[in-house]
Amino acid sequence: MKEVNKMELKFRALSQNESFARASVAGFCMSLNPTMDELTDIKTAVSEAVTNCIVHAYPTSQKGDIIITTTIYDGKVKIEIRDFGIGIKDIEQAKKPFFTTAKSNDRSGMGFTVMESFMDSLTVKNLDKGIVVTLTKSINSCEENLLQLG
Amino acid sequence: MNVKYRNYNGVLFVMLDGELDEHTAKQTSKTLDDIFATTISKQIIIDLSELKFMDSTGIGVLIGRYKKMKDKGVSIFISNPSYHAEKIFKLTGLYDIMPKIS
Repeated sequence: MKEVNKMELKFRALSQNESFARASVAGFCMSLNPTMDELTDIKTAVSEAVTNCIVHAYPTSQKGDIIITTTIYDGKVKIEIRDFGIGIKDIEQAKKPFFTTAKSNDRSGMGFTVMESFMDSLTVKNLDKGIVVTLTKSINSCEENLLQLG
Repeated sequence: MNVKYRNYNGVLFVMLDGELDEHTAKQTSKTLDDIFATTISKQIIIDLSELKFMDSTGIGVLIGRYKKMKDKGVSIFISNPSYHAEKIFKLTGLYDIMPKIS
């Protein structure tokens, strides 16, 4: 598939950067002419991935970096969220609904499930240091939808 | 996150105005706990009509409050969720413990 556009975003894994991260990725996807629903799906999935980095990849107050690479293809977006944290022991288990290692009562354990249902595909890979989460979604351009309706 | 509330005939109405994510979750939980602790009511209605964004961290906040209030015999209901918030509620089964009311 031919790459049309690409951007990279690097920031510290701090919660105050979360809304900036999801808004930036969503803004970059605007060239695909997504619907509001598709855009909110993307924002939510990015937010989930960034939360995982903040809470799980860097569990202490020493926060490292997050790099988000967004690639736009014809009618499709690929978003890679990479951290340099402690990694995931058992990826399959982590992806199960309601699974969480967090001790707090206030963790739903639904992050990966939300990413999986709001996007077309989700892959999670351990790296030498940290993990990379890859999300893809096809965008049915509003313009095309209108043309079909017309 | 801006939290407004009003006690009306023994029912506590709470409105969340803002974005509910990792950054705002802790403070929102604390604010809700403080309001719930100082207001006597058997029913709480959480109005989400002014909630601009929510991810699964929001589900954690709501489930946490549910667990605390359940022991006190207080029921919590959800009102006016956005299309997207509703998608997350249905996916996580939140309505099983906090039914939606109109």
